[in-house]
Amino acid sequence: MTPTPPRDEAIGLLRDMLRIRRLEEKSAELYSAGKIRGFLHLYIGQEAVATGAMRALTADDAIVATYREHGHALVRGITAGAIMAEMYGKASGCSRGRGGSMHLFDVSRRFYGGNAIVGGGLPLAVGLALADRMQGKARATACFFGDGATAEGVFQESLNLAALWRLPVLFACENNRYAMGTALDRAQAQTDLCLKATAQGVPAGRVDGMDVLAVLGATQDAVRAVRGGEGPRFLEYQTYRFRAHSMFDPELYRSKAEVEEWKKRDPIPAYVRCLESEGLLAAADLERLEREIAAELSEAVRFAEESPLEPVANLLVDVCTPRPA
Amino acid sequence: MPSLGADMVSGTLVEWRVKAGDAVKRGQIIAEVETDKGAIEVEIFEDGVVDALLVAPGTKVPVGTPLATLRGAAAMPPSPAAPPTAAVPPSGPAGGEVGRGRQVRVSPLARKRAAELGIDPSTLRGTGAGGAVTMADVEAAPVPARAPAPPPPPVEADRSAAMRRAIAAAMSRSKREIPHYYLATDVDVSRLVAWLERRNAAVPVAQRMLPAAPLFKAVALGLKEVPELNGTFLDGAFHPSAAVHLGVAISLRQGGLVAPAIHDADKLGLDELMNALRDLIGRVRGGSIRSSELADPTVTVTNLGDQGVREVFGVIFPPQVAIVGLGRITQRPWVAEGRIEARPVVSATLSADHRVSDGHRGGRFLSAFERLLQEPEKL
Amino acid sequence: MTVAPAGPIRMTYREAVRAALREALAADPRVFLMGEDVGRYGGTYAATKGLLEEFGPERVRDTPLSELTFTGAGIGAALGGMRPILEIMTVNFSLLALDQIVNNAATLRHMSGGQVSVPLVIRMATGAGRQVAAQHSHSLEAWYAHIPGIRVVAPAVLEDARGMLAAALRDPDPVLIFEHAALYGVEGELPAVPRQVDLDRAAVRRSGDDVSLIAYGGTVGKALAAAEQLAAGGISAEVVDLRTLRPLDDATIVGSVRKTHRAVVVDEGWRSGSLAAEVMARIMEQAFYELDAPVARVCTAEVPIPYPKHLEDAALPQPETIVAAARSLVKPRG
Repeated sequence: MTPTPPRDEAIGLLRDMLRIRRLEEKSAELYSAGKIRGFLHLYIGQEAVATGAMRALTADDAIVATYREHGHALVRGITAGAIMAEMYGKASGCSRGRGGSMHLFDVSRRFYGGNAIVGGGLPLAVGLALADRMQGKARATACFFGDGATAEGVFQESLNLAALWRLPVLFACENNRYAMGTALDRAQAQTDLCLKATAQGVPAGRVDGMDVLAVLGATQDAVRAVRGGEGPRFLEYQTYRFRAHSMFDPELYRSKAEVEEWKKRDPIPAYVRCLESEGLLAAADLERLEREIAAELSEAVRFAEESPLEPVANLLVDVCTPRPA
Repeated sequence: MPSLGADMVSGTLVEWRVKAGDAVKRGQIIAEVETDKGAIEVEIFEDGVVDALLVAPGTKVPVGTPLATLRGAAAMPPSPAAPPTAAVPPSGPAGGEVGRGRQVRVSPLARKRAAELGIDPSTLRGTGAGGAVTMADVEAAPVPARAPAPPPPPVEADRSAAMRRAIAAAMSRSKREIPHYYLATDVDVSRLVAWLERRNAAVPVAQRMLPAAPLFKAVALGLKEVPELNGTFLDGAFHPSAAVHLGVAISLRQGGLVAPAIHDADKLGLDELMNALRDLIGRVRGGSIRSSELADPTVTVTNLGDQGVREVFGVIFPPQVAIVGLGRITQRPWVAEGRIEARPVVSATLSADHRVSDGHRGGRFLSAFERLLQEPEKL
Repeated sequence: MTVAPAGPIRMTYREAVRAALREALAADPRVFLMGEDVGRYGGTYAATKGLLEEFGPERVRDTPLSELTFTGAGIGAALGGMRPILEIMTVNFSLLALDQIVNNAATLRHMSGGQVSVPLVIRMATGAGRQVAAQHSHSLEAWYAHIPGIRVVAPAVLEDARGMLAAALRDPDPVLIFEHAALYGVEGELPAVPRQVDLDRAAVRRSGDDVSLIAYGGTVGKALAAAEQLAAGGISAEVVDLRTLRPLDDATIVGSVRKTHRAVVVDEGWRSGSLAAEVMARIMEQAFYELDAPVARVCTAEVPIPYPKHLEDAALPQPETIVAAARSLVKPRG
């Protein structure tokens, strides 16, 4: 049992989970209104993982994420406005509007993108860690991916290479039990994901991904080892996505009862109860947080709405790097 | 539909001047067509009897479309020197294996060059891949007397815009391909002016001679002395012309200009030349220029004197190799035998193709021009 | 201190590649090599022989048989400030890494709104002619040349084998270098001091007037041999080496066609959807009215490369087939 951090930090974790939740809810609403297009993959239910894990990383560490990365981006420090503008396809978005929901980037925060090829970010993380190692920089690269990615060959290859070269990578597997619509046990003979990691020589651990403090504690331990030169670590965060895979998904593959059962473990109310029981949170505090977040998001939406579209004349910009004349 | 220059891709038949059954003679005007450059009369280059008119007045057809069939004339092969003309294939249902209007394979380059040279590629036998007519086949064909015109702009309903494009294409090509050099001289024309005054005083107004006639004649005679300035530059070689077909730049009311030829200007008397000039200007502005007049100048003269211009350096009209510019005759201070006196003076310029001639030869032409004008009665 | 010899040096294409790699490793501490058997083994084609001993295992990295991952790791390392040079044994094997090349290397810059560049160099062997059958012989350069965001080059001559790597390393974006496997043993002379090469221009390897033979990589030598035969028959052929397959140097291609008015495109790739098709299309777009004959091409027969020599030879462009194609377009002079 991870001890509760000091009050400000403890409230900060709640604030971040709530920010993700409300951002995702607002995104769903704007998607339905036709403001956000393309694919939109919501993170609702999994907020404790990004919130706790990101808190265990420093600004020096690098992040590689997936197409379900709004939460990771937000708690990494990309503003809600830059995220929202990106989803609006505006030039003021964090990827200049070129990426959209699945490709949020902020290299100044060492956030190397949402990658929409399942497993596509794994070797990138290995390479970022290799660069750090070769340049003598004692920092970690955290690679977030889902249970589905563990079925890809690149998962085995990447863990092998990181272990072989003892590279500072945290393999952060968010096991939400479904690869899109395929349950883990319908796709993989070996459902113990930690065993897959240890088979490649990567020490592995399993964490309750609905418990933000457990996520924080386990990630801190793993990152300490990674940064200390002990080679890569694998963490399986057991979690659950409450919403459909993407906006266009009738959820034929799981029962409503199953979803309801998991919602009882919703990480936000669970953490609120925890803080209340420890006397760290009053009802007024929660209302204040909600008000502040609502203001942050309405400002973000206003920013996205008012930002200009990039001129079509710039269509071919950033295909290649401009050369010095 | 005859190609009256490479800048023509189609034309509208305006009027038939003959009907089926009419006997026609080489050189006869048989139809009038409307083109981007104006109404142009179509002449026929063979004798015979009109068999059938294939295109109705008012119809717009692409260049190369047969307008009529001809019979009766001996089944003579088309003269290789014949320019593109109204399609008159040999009679008979089978038609010819080689002949105008036939579907033939022509390489894009050969087609372009043939149009420039005024050759109908369907009259050639192809030696290229798949029997296609190649550039070598076009170059091996006798070059027709008629000279080319500028490259083709798109057809356009707005005729002055189309003409602008044609001029733009020709002039751009000229400046791109022709290394121009420029010479100028001032010529004392007091004798010419005095001679004209004497001559014009004796004739009715309608028969008065303008200075342009003797000036043009002097240009034509001067060119005979410096043949490097009179002819065409095609396929990397200069082809001098024995005849001087003097193209005269004539501006049009609606804008733009054409430069039809006064044929054999060096051989015409001054009165004939003056008449030819009047006739040409009248027909240009009236829209009945003949294709051959537009097609075959061997040199051009541009006279902007009546615009009050002092001197003009022209842009050579490809594939010609020179253009002579004449300004206004004005009274200017002139030094003669150490004294300054007012004399009528004209500035004459030469723009010439440096691939063909040098400044020294160009200078000889201007000297000849000046000398010839000192004895106007001999022109 | 060593004194560079004044005269030209005789070496093989393989040695030219190796010299370029050694120079790159020595010049920039961010450069490192990574690939299957590049270290202890010395490289499948011995291009990296001796470099492990010289630069150590940190900078000459033998990888597991994981094309996808070591390619992705190369991209990640490039993002992280390094200048990796990857060796993928053959273009056939590069298909295992295609996802990382196409979905990451080529897209990250654009997808991030210009926040990153991927200064990565990938060398791979390509091409047939060595009787190694259908899984080691293909020419898939055209697939890569299709993709915006990467540069694709094909050194056909020693000078480019020596000089293109340094130029590729100066490029801030991913560069794929296709070395035709049949060229490694080709010998020639190079200046003692290597010249800088330009990756933006095709090269006219032989000047001629009657027909342009447009080739790249392994077919440049064949086109030159064909030009020699054509010259004996009174046809003057110009040989254009494309050098850079993406972006294509239209100016040099079209310039040559404007001069000769006929073109034969020679491509060891299969005909359908080939680079030859792209080159021909550009000629049509930009020089149609200069053509005095249909543009022709000589490509590899549409068959997986067979093992027996006589069939492999028959499948590939050869000087004789290039000569025949050229002759169909142009009559000998005089």
